[in-house]
Amino acid sequence: MKTLKQQRLSQTTNHFDLLSEEIVFTIIDFLSENPLDKKSFSLACKWFYVIESKHRKNLRPLRQEHLPAILTRYPNITRLDFSLCPRVTDGSLMTISNMCDSTLRSIDLSRSGAFSGSGLLSLAVNCRNLVEIDVSNATNLKDAGAAALAGAKNLEKLWMGRCKMVTDMGVGCIAVGCKKLRLISLKWCLGVGDFGVGLIAVKCKEIRSLDLSYLPITDKCLPSILKLQHLEDLVLEGCFGIDDDSLAALKHGCKSLKALDMSSCQNISHLGLSSLTSGTGGLQQITLAGDDGQVTLALADGLKKLSMLQSIKLDGCLVTCAGLKAIGNLCVSLKELSLSKCSGVTDEGLSSVVTKHGELRKLDITCCRKITDVSIAHITSSCTALTSLRMESCTLVPREAFVLIGQRCHFLEELDLTDNEIDDEGLKSISRCSKLSILKLGICLNITDEGLTNVGMCCRKLVELDLYRSVEISDSGISAIAYGCPDLEMINIAYCKDITDSSLLSLSKCSRLNTFESRGCPLITSLGLAALAVGCKQLTKLDIKKCHNIDDVGMLPLAHFSQNLRQINLSYSSVTDVGLLSLASISCLQSLTILHMKGLTPSGLAAALLACGGLTKVKLQTSFKFLLPQPLFEHLEARGCVLQWRDKVFQAELDPKCWKLQLEDMVP
Amino acid sequence: MDIKEGLFADTWGKSSSCANKLPKRNCSDNPSFTGFNSQQHQQKWEDTSMLDYGARIDQEFSQPPQTQPLLPCNPNKVQDWDPSAMLNNLTFLEQKIHQLQDLVHLIVSRRGQVLGRPDDLVTQQQQLITADLTSIIVQLISTAGSLLPSVKQTLSAAPPSFGQLGQFGGILFPPAQGVNVGVQQQNTCAIKVSDQSNQIDKSGNSGNEQNLPVEEHELKDEEDADEGENLPPGSYEILQLEKEEILAPHTHFCTICGKGFKRDANLRMHMRGHGDEYKTPAALAKPHKESGPEPMLIKRYSCPYAGCKRNKDHRRFQPLKTILCVKNHYKRTHCDKSYICSRCNTKKFSVIADLKTHEKHCGKDKWLCSCGTTFSRKDKLFGHIALFQGHTPAIPLDESKGLTGPSDRREGNEATSTMGSINFNFGSNAPTGTEIQNDMDAKGSADDPTSYFSPLNFDACNFDGFHEFPRPPFDDTESTFSFLIPGSCNYAPKTGGDLSLNTLK
Repeated sequence: MKTLKQQRLSQTTNHFDLLSEEIVFTIIDFLSENPLDKKSFSLACKWFYVIESKHRKNLRPLRQEHLPAILTRYPNITRLDFSLCPRVTDGSLMTISNMCDSTLRSIDLSRSGAFSGSGLLSLAVNCRNLVEIDVSNATNLKDAGAAALAGAKNLEKLWMGRCKMVTDMGVGCIAVGCKKLRLISLKWCLGVGDFGVGLIAVKCKEIRSLDLSYLPITDKCLPSILKLQHLEDLVLEGCFGIDDDSLAALKHGCKSLKALDMSSCQNISHLGLSSLTSGTGGLQQITLAGDDGQVTLALADGLKKLSMLQSIKLDGCLVTCAGLKAIGNLCVSLKELSLSKCSGVTDEGLSSVVTKHGELRKLDITCCRKITDVSIAHITSSCTALTSLRMESCTLVPREAFVLIGQRCHFLEELDLTDNEIDDEGLKSISRCSKLSILKLGICLNITDEGLTNVGMCCRKLVELDLYRSVEISDSGISAIAYGCPDLEMINIAYCKDITDSSLLSLSKCSRLNTFESRGCPLITSLGLAALAVGCKQLTKLDIKKCHNIDDVGMLPLAHFSQNLRQINLSYSSVTDVGLLSLASISCLQSLTILHMKGLTPSGLAAALLACGGLTKVKLQTSFKFLLPQPLFEHLEARGCVLQWRDKVFQAELDPKCWKLQLEDMVP
Repeated sequence: MDIKEGLFADTWGKSSSCANKLPKRNCSDNPSFTGFNSQQHQQKWEDTSMLDYGARIDQEFSQPPQTQPLLPCNPNKVQDWDPSAMLNNLTFLEQKIHQLQDLVHLIVSRRGQVLGRPDDLVTQQQQLITADLTSIIVQLISTAGSLLPSVKQTLSAAPPSFGQLGQFGGILFPPAQGVNVGVQQQNTCAIKVSDQSNQIDKSGNSGNEQNLPVEEHELKDEEDADEGENLPPGSYEILQLEKEEILAPHTHFCTICGKGFKRDANLRMHMRGHGDEYKTPAALAKPHKESGPEPMLIKRYSCPYAGCKRNKDHRRFQPLKTILCVKNHYKRTHCDKSYICSRCNTKKFSVIADLKTHEKHCGKDKWLCSCGTTFSRKDKLFGHIALFQGHTPAIPLDESKGLTGPSDRREGNEATSTMGSINFNFGSNAPTGTEIQNDMDAKGSADDPTSYFSPLNFDACNFDGFHEFPRPPFDDTESTFSFLIPGSCNYAPKTGGDLSLNTLK
């Protein structure tokens, strides 16, 4: 039988035989857009199936149960990303270590609980070429687990943020075992102190990047850290144990350092900063964010020595005018400046900075509420090369000023105008920025379809559009965007109450759309959603909270077509048991928010929760807690699902204008 | 005062004359003595300390003036001391040494004079001198070996006397008479019982060597107080106690009943019981530390163990600072570690204080290195690890057990859950889920909540119309997708297929 079959196969001429594997690989490389494309490709014929199996290097599994089969099918996997898999057990890790052995180079376990040291040990022992491991959030991982990681001798990058049970002993093992480490992140590893960090610095000479955020370290480990020959990126965010006095004792800085983050270091002032940065002539990026940081003349003077500086981030600091002027007088030319949420930023200060730093590429003046059109005029006239301008909530900037942005800054790619006075004239001007890919117009109450149509016609590269609560927008504006911006991936039309199904119909042409948020759009029905589901197969996040007219009819096509959906919010909608249960066929559905759904019964909810096997997070009404059996919850939690109980009172929708007034009342 | 000075001058003069006389006599008249010296240097005494002895004696003889300050000790002899007993000993040992006999007689005769002087200072000095003499004699006897049963007692009076001896700022064996006595005693041994003593001594030595292996690495810290001081050689005098003295349990002995004490004060308390003369404030007073007009030479100590770095013949000799250092050093380095920690039963010590210190911390050494070394302090462990290549912190065992955590349990249950099936009735209208509860109670015996429900009997939830790939179009030869086939698995075709394929993203 078999030979006959083979003969028949050979008789039929297969044109693909003429293609070499390499050519097909190149073709497959272009199929990276939609994960389902590769699936379709592999199912076309046996040869494609085999070739696709050989081609694939990266895997992002949703379930650990199928790992043996998957790993048999794909022998060349170098990177395993379990960030979508809520549970990875030791057994799975052992399977991986046996089947991938030396091919595996990278594994991400940052979102996967349930494994322990023994799994990591087998991984470290068998996968000799492993160079990257991410075990962040493994809050149960103890020193024994860290000691197991130390067996991965070739490890170069290790993330272990929030591994709170790991102490100096575990980190000490890693320091001794993984001598080739180039990057280690110990953020929030509260059990790790001077000894562990010091040993890392002593033993791992290749370290490039060191994240020590929020560690209880003191100055004791700093000298050995600063002796690291190759250290480029040092994060000391929230290290309260380090203060000016201890820094003053430091003899020499780290010559190779390029980026330094000292955000939220309460006990370090400009004195400590200057002693830490003395001798670090190559520093390019400095971050001093923090609610109680103060940017004064003295601090800015301290930055004078840094001749290579390109980026300064001072988010949340208290900035003085003199300080800003001194930053303006730095002899270097900054590429990036972030003054987000800095109080004390005035027109005078900001203008002096931007006029001196004409090369600025990125400027963040979010919530600088004191600046006016003077600043905008200076920014636009001097920094014409800006690619990113974020100026959310600059409420004193008048609507005329936004015209300047469009007139002068043609290279803008990212523009955040959330909560500003911009109007259609401004939008029309901004539409000249043809490179614009991210545009945020949330809470811009003055813009209408007219302005948006201009954007839709000119900004063909738009990828992300936020129209949250820009209530004057209606279908015509959206359809202009949908037709003009084929690459659109994310759109937020929450609380744009006039939007109807026709917007969704037009948006269904944007085949790359993956995030759609239409909270509080009462006119949207299941019909529109069905159209969106059919057209936008890559939809991963969907928020249809308070869309009262969406019911089960909308869920069924969604369940069928949106096989990439991971996150859905159905609160306040008219979806019932049937609709919810149908979602179970979306195998990668992970996050589900179902508050205040009138049509939902306890048994229906139970069935849906059981049926959606991949759920990792469910937000639901507290009332269900007592209507459903406890073992059900235990079962769900054992599967890796977190249940978040909410007891919110049913909220009637406010008038949009009224909401804005309320918001302004809250902001002083 | 005048009287006293006069006495001093008097005795000094006499004793110096003695000193000048005696050596000559020794050298010229007594062939046995010279013989002894030569014997020492040649072959008989393997022990280097013995050789030193000879050497030192020579030194003293060649430099008689140096002995002068010490000489007052002779005349003011002995209140508590029993010279006749000593005499007995001496006569028993060797009667041919006339010098010694003369000397002892001299002392006996002096005793009468001294008794008449109630002066406190004089009595104290007498006591001191007595003790000095005793110690010198005892030391000499002790070098002669353990053949004398009475030696141990006398000998043990030595250390304090050494301390007091120092106050006179002299050289190690100050009174020429004392030297002579000792030498003669040795001589006696050498000549009379030479064979026997040799045997004993040798056996003693060899025994020492067997029992007390020199552990070089332990030679380090205990006496390090003087490591850094770098006294130029010759700027201090070197004292050397013998091992019997070092190891003696008691250092103060009652001259009347022979009871031993560790502290001088205790001895004085004890002495009260021997008569009223010991109850006087003078007798009970703490021996006065004299600060003589002569500049005090710094004293350093040598370990009697040949080859030891603390022995004065060592090429890079490092002296010990105090007698206590000598004692601790000798016990730690050259003695059996006979004290075993009762808690861990592994650590052994030769100094009981060390054992007590260890016992305080035993079991608290929780900082463990992979090399097996334990540390009571974390910083010490990390310093150790930073220093040595390849050493790594060792995680305590009880925590390592966590390696096989609860996740294993889950594995097994997962396997079973794929086979299990529950009749979960979704059609039921039970709003409170009582039926569900019942069903689950039936399964309630299982440990893991995952086994309560099987995800696999939800075929009803799958909407048949939506099968994109109702069935895999072909079966992989490696049967990797066997789970897609409805027969082989409980998964509904649709969900199963999609599950597996979506996992590949």
